[in-house]
Amino acid sequence: MATASTTQERSAELNVLVRKQRSLWGDALYRLMRNKAAVGGLIVIAAAFIIAGFAPLFAPYNPIEIPQNPASQMEPLWTGSKYTDPRYLLGTDFLGRDIVSRLMYASRVSMVVGFIPTAIVFGLGVSVGMVAGYFGGWLDQILMRFTDIIYAFPDFLFLLIIVASFRNSPFGKILDGLMLIFVAIAIVGWVGVARLTRGQVLALKEREFVEAARSVGAKPSRIMAKHLLPNALAPLIVTAAFAVPGAILGEATLSFLGVGIIPPTPSWGQMINEGFPLFAANPWAVLLPAICISVVMLAFTFVGDGLRDALDPRMKT
Amino acid sequence: MNAARLLRGIHFEKVLKYTIRRLLLMIPTLFFVSLITFGLAKAAPGSPFDKNPDKPARQATIDRWNTYYGLDKPVHEQYILYMTNVLKFDFGISVVRQRPVSDIIGQGFPVTAQLGIQALLLALAVALPLGVISALRQNTIVDYGSLFFATVGTTIPSFVMAIFFIYIFALGLHLFPITGWGTPQHMVMPTVILALGAAAFLARITRASMLEAIRQDYVRTARSKGLREQVVIVGHVLKNAMIPVATVVGPAAAGLITGSFIIETFFSVPGIGREYVRSILALDYPVIMATTLLYAFFIVVANLSVDLVYGMLDPRIKVAK
Amino acid sequence: MADLLEVTDLHTQFFTRDGVVRAVDGVTFQVAAGETLGIVGESGCGKSVTALSLMRLIPQPPGKIVKGSIMFDGQDILKMDDDEVRGIRGNNIAMIFQDPMTSLNPVLTISRQISEALELHLKMDKSEARKRTIELLELVNIPSAKKRVDDYPHQFSGGMRQRVMIAMALSCNPKLILADEPTTALDVTIQAQILDLLKNLAREFRTAFILITHDLGVVAGMTQRINVMYAGRIVEKADTVELFANPKMPYTWGLLRSIPRLDESRKAKLVPIEGLPPDLIAPPPGCKFEPRCQYRRDVCKEKEPELKHVPGSKSDHEARCWGTQEGGWLVDTDWKREIGDTRLLEAIKQETASVTATPETPGE
Repeated sequence: MATASTTQERSAELNVLVRKQRSLWGDALYRLMRNKAAVGGLIVIAAAFIIAGFAPLFAPYNPIEIPQNPASQMEPLWTGSKYTDPRYLLGTDFLGRDIVSRLMYASRVSMVVGFIPTAIVFGLGVSVGMVAGYFGGWLDQILMRFTDIIYAFPDFLFLLIIVASFRNSPFGKILDGLMLIFVAIAIVGWVGVARLTRGQVLALKEREFVEAARSVGAKPSRIMAKHLLPNALAPLIVTAAFAVPGAILGEATLSFLGVGIIPPTPSWGQMINEGFPLFAANPWAVLLPAICISVVMLAFTFVGDGLRDALDPRMKT
Repeated sequence: MNAARLLRGIHFEKVLKYTIRRLLLMIPTLFFVSLITFGLAKAAPGSPFDKNPDKPARQATIDRWNTYYGLDKPVHEQYILYMTNVLKFDFGISVVRQRPVSDIIGQGFPVTAQLGIQALLLALAVALPLGVISALRQNTIVDYGSLFFATVGTTIPSFVMAIFFIYIFALGLHLFPITGWGTPQHMVMPTVILALGAAAFLARITRASMLEAIRQDYVRTARSKGLREQVVIVGHVLKNAMIPVATVVGPAAAGLITGSFIIETFFSVPGIGREYVRSILALDYPVIMATTLLYAFFIVVANLSVDLVYGMLDPRIKVAK
Repeated sequence: MADLLEVTDLHTQFFTRDGVVRAVDGVTFQVAAGETLGIVGESGCGKSVTALSLMRLIPQPPGKIVKGSIMFDGQDILKMDDDEVRGIRGNNIAMIFQDPMTSLNPVLTISRQISEALELHLKMDKSEARKRTIELLELVNIPSAKKRVDDYPHQFSGGMRQRVMIAMALSCNPKLILADEPTTALDVTIQAQILDLLKNLAREFRTAFILITHDLGVVAGMTQRINVMYAGRIVEKADTVELFANPKMPYTWGLLRSIPRLDESRKAKLVPIEGLPPDLIAPPPGCKFEPRCQYRRDVCKEKEPELKHVPGSKSDHEARCWGTQEGGWLVDTDWKREIGDTRLLEAIKQETASVTATPETPGE
């Protein structure tokens, strides 16, 4: 009565735990999708991307050109004030330019500033951090001293000094100042990522699976790529998710102080900077870009929090 | 009982040695900071004397200014000259305002210090109780409220918050003036906005730390001895929970220092933060150098004080090794 | 004479997002004054939850004691209000936890942690409490107690910390001490010391003990009676000696079989119990051990057996198994021969081979 097939049935019976098992990444994705705030954030970001990408299509007016007979400082239509113009849904700025169009074009700056420098920061930071952590020695020492110095500098101050120093140079004028901002953010940011990666590598490098890989003759580059990197990925992803809004915020603050994007190119911080002197008279020209910044920052924060919760192995669903 | 135990644990001599050692280590860091700042400022094209695009100065005039300020000397000489002066506590003369830098700093620093300290105290007074209560009353209105506050406060940048605040309280309700400093009304908005970010951050950390501490096994042991819940929380949990919080107060304070210049610029508060931004935009080297060094110094001190406080709170850490 | 502790039909459940976990599913037992009872079982069988339920230390969400009574010294603990329960904790009933590293507060001195209970329950003032604390530390053999009383937990070794926990538990002279895996986190040599200490203390102060462990070796030398738990229920109850000599439940056989023995032949294999513990949210309807039992029959799947006296054993020996109960198919089974005593098995094989008859195959 004990036949071969019964062993299989028995194993099935013995595994009385019936809850589904999911892969690690699948599990993380599942948890992320269940987080309503994170999903909401993703939708907002996707919307921002679409608006940014198709701004020329969506925007009703040219954001830079000053109209012939400018209707300046118009209020948004729904305020019901006497200073509205039916042509401009959200009003106009002090030069008569349509705010809706400017907001849309400004989103391009934010999206680009969010992702490109972050990509550079991570590409550079992870590589250096991994090499420093794995090989140790003088490279590691130099890196640590370097990061100590950078840490003594508050991030933003450093950013400010770099941007302010070079904004009058030819380099600073590329892409209306965007290039300089990319580079500045990258310079300030890569060190933190390198340090984080190095920390991860140091912790992982003593684990048995690395020893095992080494003992079968794997080259360091292979170990780093196939073993260390995937395991170090989780905190890096979360850091990246928060680095993007950090970069957006950096640009917004710089533009607000007047050293960021070169006008007339719009960015949300730029619009605040321009509209601020007339805040009392024309508040919405300042409030609207402020709201845009807030919404985008919140969206990224929710996604970042959601990612961190989803990737934390200790969390229970 | 607690104060006596704290003091006993301090071993003044050891702590003093540790502090001195850390301060000495600070010097090479400050050196590099000054080097980098100087290099960047010098690398910037343009001259502090040529700021008016409508009326470009004559080269001869610029040359004279340069000689007066010693800006025509080779860069490394300028640097050495500057640093030797610094050691004599002479920070030079502001190129733009033609006043000794020490004057400018002396005037602005008390304002910034007051703003910073007020903001820090406000932040602590709000964040710590909020974090503790929201951890104890999880999933109630207080908890959701404080989470909302923490999220908003840490996400939305200070100048954006300032804009909303100004719209509601200044323009709408006419409660506070928008810019300036001097009367208590002037101080309210800048202090509150500056405190907001730090408070949100600290509240979050406090809450997380309390939640973590409450889950620990020793809490179960304390309860198993028949102690009242209140005694368990205050006597056992709180001290453990405050350790991670204490370690972030330092960086939070440093954040206040650096966040102050945005607020000062925004509200036209006459502190060194506002001077700093002006000096960077105008390439006023002496002011830039002096203020940067000052900021860096404060950040190091803030971090050092964190380590000392941590050593006092957690008996497992020996401060002087 | 009424027992010190009488637990009747205790049900403790945890309400989770995935369902209701029936951690303790109908447990009844007694402990007499001065007696040491062992509760044995795998991880997750409900033994710790039982102990925590006795002190009402179950975290209220998500847990709840939904049914039953716990009579301690004539009073039902489950009917007491919070103040009364707190009056009992640390005072009449005390608990020793598994991991002394995490169970002691790292930022408080051990003097404070032990004096707390003394000041609270025995109303001692600071100096009395301190004196008593030092006495307690000496009682549990901590050297230089006077000097070390103001030290912090991290300044002690693992074994020392557990002694501190024991001193803490003893401080108010409780009538009952619950020891939840007191030696699991310690080295084997220290284990022996701690167990000796507990035994001596039990004898000296006539304290009742409930010793919870998964290690049968620990209970063997320490307890007078043993409850074997599985899936939230007691599946066998007997005197210690009786349990080891004459176990009457396949699960217990499995436990005994899986202990490595020094006198086994080297080729003998360790025979574990196959399978995994059942899902406590949706447990199978019949006997909870049935899926892993090699003696099961159809009735085992359909209906859950009751805990009843089994034939061929002492009068207070009960087991929860269809096979070993009155009229069951395992009543006459000699577990030693059936399951694992390989030397005996070898001897039997040789015996039967010499009579040239086919050896019996064990029943399925």
